[in-house]
Amino acid sequence: MTITELERKACDIRADVVTLIHKAGCGHIGGDMSEVEALVALYYKHLNCSPENESDPDRDRFVLSKGHSVETLYCILADRGYFDKAELMDTYSAYGSRFIGHPNNKIPGIEMNSGSLGHGLSVAVGMAKAGKMDGRPYRVYAVLGDGELAEGSVWEGVMAGGHFKLDNLTAFVDRNRLQISGSTEDVMAQDEQERRWAAFGWNVVSIPGNDIAAVDAAISLAKETKGKPTVIILNTTKGKGVSFMENLAVWHHKVMNDEQYETAMAELAERKAGL
Amino acid sequence: MATANKQVVCNVLMELAKEDKDIVVLCSDSRGSGSMTPFADELPGQFIEVGIAEQSLVSMAAGLANAGKKPMAVSPASFLSTRSMEQVKVDCAYSHMNVKLLGISGGVSYGALGMTHHSTTDIATIGSIPGMRVYFPSDRFQTEKLTRALMADTEPAYIRVGRNAVEDVYEEGKVPFEMDKATVIREGRDIAIIACGELVWHAMKAAEALAEKGIEATVIDMYCVKPLDREAVLKAAQTGTIITVEEHVAIGGLGSMVAQVTAAEAPCRVVNLCLPDSPVVTGNSKQVFAHYGLDAAGIEKTALELLK
Ligand SMILES: Cc1ncc(C[n+]2csc(CCOP(=O)(O)OP(=O)(O)O)c2C)c(N)n1
Repeated sequence: MTITELERKACDIRADVVTLIHKAGCGHIGGDMSEVEALVALYYKHLNCSPENESDPDRDRFVLSKGHSVETLYCILADRGYFDKAELMDTYSAYGSRFIGHPNNKIPGIEMNSGSLGHGLSVAVGMAKAGKMDGRPYRVYAVLGDGELAEGSVWEGVMAGGHFKLDNLTAFVDRNRLQISGSTEDVMAQDEQERRWAAFGWNVVSIPGNDIAAVDAAISLAKETKGKPTVIILNTTKGKGVSFMENLAVWHHKVMNDEQYETAMAELAERKAGL
Repeated sequence: MATANKQVVCNVLMELAKEDKDIVVLCSDSRGSGSMTPFADELPGQFIEVGIAEQSLVSMAAGLANAGKKPMAVSPASFLSTRSMEQVKVDCAYSHMNVKLLGISGGVSYGALGMTHHSTTDIATIGSIPGMRVYFPSDRFQTEKLTRALMADTEPAYIRVGRNAVEDVYEEGKVPFEMDKATVIREGRDIAIIACGELVWHAMKAAEALAEKGIEATVIDMYCVKPLDREAVLKAAQTGTIITVEEHVAIGGLGSMVAQVTAAEAPCRVVNLCLPDSPVVTGNSKQVFAHYGLDAAGIEKTALELLK
């Protein structure tokens, strides 16, 4: 896909996420919207995985460590043909549904269950280490939240990734600067992420994380980097793409009313038309 | 039923903390979900935010207790009772620190968020730690009495409350409460129902429905899951049939604790209504309770079958 095609896809995915959450009446919309470019660049350009190679041992692995932002992942997997989009739209979070509010590997395309923050990076380290042990070509990607970085277990994974020199591993930090209780800098300061990861031996790339061309280039760079894992610090906007949600902590998991839904959809359509 | 139990805890803590500057509340990006925002806003000098770090939350609380503070660590019950388990074991219980742990949005309150967010093993995990106490209050009135009693003592304890406001079991001004003694809500000779937490109300409603059919049930509110009130269990055993009801898995839960007492001291039939040994069905609390027969209708049905 070209950069413009990826940008259009990002608009479509955002519209799907907004619709899914509006229908279900629940979901973590803020963090869904900030991670869209990273997931779109991965799933429509870089990841070697598809419904056809789901059990291929050489498929690339993706771990959504900030599991509450599952709606974006669901919408992308549905669009990629892993499961029926109508089933997702009709049953998400409903009684008896297999689509719950966090990743679950009973769902095709999902590798690992998450939702409890602070696990995903070490899981990804394990996957990447296995790839090295068996000489397999696959790559491993994990997306973390910046609030999530307060979990000590994240830094055990950072340490191990650097120690094992896992150049087949790429971590993303969705640096939207917000978590549930407000600004990360007020809750538990996370600034100078770049220096923190570099101190553990990682290749660090810090980019505008809602700029899909920048994300695409950073992933390409990570693939070429040898001898160390790469972290891509995605400087993003929580709620990106819907003006009334952007940079507001309440939109972590607030639900839109009908009017807000219409406004959001109109804004996203307008953005797409302008591309 | 307007006030959620967690809100009651916050109200009591605010009242006490204004008089006692050693009372400290700790949160892990959980002040909103824990209803602790008013405390954080009004008493910022007695509030500590640790970020999304439940292990550090509990260890820091223990350190504060060592230095004479009276900490209440507030975090989702799911993470407190699994992620922080070793901190609870070593830093609170084993080191004998006066740390109170408030597990919020307990049981299946988080509904469709799934197993990572459900705390259905906390009686087993926290309760099995020597020196830890476990309390599952049933309604807002009992939660208030319990919170006052716990803040007045100096031993560590874990309290689990649900996410939403629940129906009242007791009435304003009529709240029988003796610390570590179960509350007998109703006495009957045909069958006994022992419940804890949010399911006490369902047990009470089931007993009311049974009474209309001429069946008299004893209903026991075992808010003090540990230390379990053995005398209350023995009293229940006199009916010959006990149903236990809990928002928890079977292994290591209320039912198994009750059965240990009856097996040793007063053998009788003990049937355990609980959550399955698998992730629970997707749904809100009401749907999940109904699905597994833990609501009033399910309890009544089990009682009728047992007494057939
Ligand atoms: C171990 C753990 N603690 C607490 C939570 C509850 N929780 C869900 S999302 C969230 C905030 C996450 O913030 P951040 O990582 O910055 O994600 P984003 O802003 O990108 O949504 C919290 C505290 C959790 N899911 N897991």
